[in-house]
Amino acid sequence: MVNPTTRERASVQELIAKAGNNKRKKIIEKIIPVILFLIAGVSVLTTVGIVATLIFETVTFFRQVPILSFIFGTEWLPFSNKEPKFGILPLIVGTLKITLIAVVVAVPIGLAAAIYLSEYATDNARRIIKPVLEVLAGVPTIVYGFFALTFVTPVLQTIIPDLKIFNALSPGIVVGFMIIPMIASLSEDAMSAVPNAMREGALAMGATKFEVAMKVVLPAALSGILASVVLATSRAIGETMIVSLAGGSTPRFDADFTGSIQTMTAYIVQVSTGDAGYGTPIYYSIYAVGFTLFLFTLLMNFLASRITKRFREAY
Amino acid sequence: MVQLMNRTDKETQAAVSPVEAPIRETAKPVVYDTKQLNLWYGSHHALKNIDLPIRENEVTAIIGPSGCGKSTYIKTLNRMVELVDGVRTSGEILYRGRNIFDAKYSVEELRTRVGMVFQKPNPFPKSIYDNIAYGPRIHGIKNKKILDEIVEQSLRGAAIWDEVKDRLSTNAYSLSGGQQQRICIARALAIEPDVILMDEPTSALDPISTLKVEELVQELKENYSIIIVTHNMQQAARISDKTAFFLNGEVIEFDDTNKIFQNPADQRTEDYISGRFG
Ligand SMILES: Nc1ncnc2c1ncn2[C@@H]1O[C@H](COP(=O)(O)OP(=O)(O)OP(=O)(O)O)[C@@H](O)[C@H]1O
Ligand SMILES: [Mg+2]
Repeated sequence: MVNPTTRERASVQELIAKAGNNKRKKIIEKIIPVILFLIAGVSVLTTVGIVATLIFETVTFFRQVPILSFIFGTEWLPFSNKEPKFGILPLIVGTLKITLIAVVVAVPIGLAAAIYLSEYATDNARRIIKPVLEVLAGVPTIVYGFFALTFVTPVLQTIIPDLKIFNALSPGIVVGFMIIPMIASLSEDAMSAVPNAMREGALAMGATKFEVAMKVVLPAALSGILASVVLATSRAIGETMIVSLAGGSTPRFDADFTGSIQTMTAYIVQVSTGDAGYGTPIYYSIYAVGFTLFLFTLLMNFLASRITKRFREAY
Repeated sequence: MVQLMNRTDKETQAAVSPVEAPIRETAKPVVYDTKQLNLWYGSHHALKNIDLPIRENEVTAIIGPSGCGKSTYIKTLNRMVELVDGVRTSGEILYRGRNIFDAKYSVEELRTRVGMVFQKPNPFPKSIYDNIAYGPRIHGIKNKKILDEIVEQSLRGAAIWDEVKDRLSTNAYSLSGGQQQRICIARALAIEPDVILMDEPTSALDPISTLKVEELVQELKENYSIIIVTHNMQQAARISDKTAFFLNGEVIEFDDTNKIFQNPADQRTEDYISGRFG
């Protein structure tokens, strides 16, 4: 302890009191939360506004088209002159085809990449591969789109001669590649977060590296991995450019992957870039389709947060 | 080759035992024989010319000030130290007569025979049951009845069966630190290893849990050879048969625990155990 009498300056406590920082601090502490609240409020209001518009226009659509024929209808013929039909199921089926293929492609590859990066890669390898993955994630989807149309489809046609120019397979695969970085990167984060002590515990028992990865790290990171898969699925559902370019525009209610399809997003693009008159059922239909899409992705996000809680392995 | 080594080893022992004055006449067979071991972390020379014969069914305590290489040594015995980048070793460690650094000796095989308990309890984020069954399972035991048996036996062996028998399916992380540590000991017992390495297993535990683990170590030495790192002099004196005193990466003294604590040969050992430095 320094003896206060031997110092020439005042004590620190006195200096603090003299500096009189308190008043200014109090004002800042009062103002900052208000400003932050207003800024946060803007984004909340925007979301509310968008959802409100969506609901409002969707309700208008259902005044013109019965809701049951929309939900359960298996024919989507909005441009028919004689008898337009607005059954959403073909568009949902088109979306699900793409999503299914994408997930089947992306989950194994993304997980393998994540396991490699978190368990096997040297620091140097990781330093190179992670940025490459991030570049892959940053490629504009329109580029993926014409890559699907002009490269993947012709290559696939040499294997499957029956494959049409517009089909579900090619854009599905390419959407899969588009979401690989998301699964790989988020899963890798989850796996890297597993404490090393756990790996050591298993290794010390004679487990091999692969056993450690599969039976310790993977289960411990499961909630993060599943959440990444669900979020990536959500992106696949909402993906637009790739399917618009390479999927075609034939809404079909079947299980064929080789022919032209139409997804919900592609339909919205088709109408938005066309010249549907304001107030027509076609015009309002894009809101109804958009709202359906919104429900799907909302469900996915809900699922993701449920999974994160449900599969949380506490450590 | 291996057989030959085994035989020579026994012969050497028979010949050497009477000469090793401080060791009791009934010297037990050597499990781990460290010969001229050196270890470097990059350019840092962490272990220097270690010679240490560790015997069967004994508790060998390793003591010494922080940073002297105790953990490094114990992690070298099951080659976990090689997980650190840039580690180099020279010399040899014979485990049951075989050099563990031999290219043909798989680390998995070694670690299946030599269990380890870490300083901080590190159970897997799984149920208590799955934690214990983990080792047997990865080594191919699938039969549910046998696994049940192993789990109970290991938990009993680690003196925690009564505390957890009604909640084997709860997550091991719902247990207290002391219980978790005993789960980790049970997990190590589950593959019925030959040797158990313990790196300050009680440093994160309260006195009562510590006592339980110490009693446990006493019981376990009936069937296992135990090497335990500890900062607690009383603990080393209470539970070990032999004590090795490490300083700056060297073994200063290795002898019967009684001898080390009552009549150490080296001044530095005496200074350390009487708390004059370290
Ligand atoms: N991963 C590592 N990389 C580089 N040097 C290391 C590493 N681990 C330990 N060392 C060094 O090796 C020496 C011995 O460390 P070790 O952990 O074996 O000490 P210890 O005796 O177990 O100490 P403590 O009682 O504090 O646990 C120390 O000088 C330490 O700095
Ligand atoms: Mg240590």
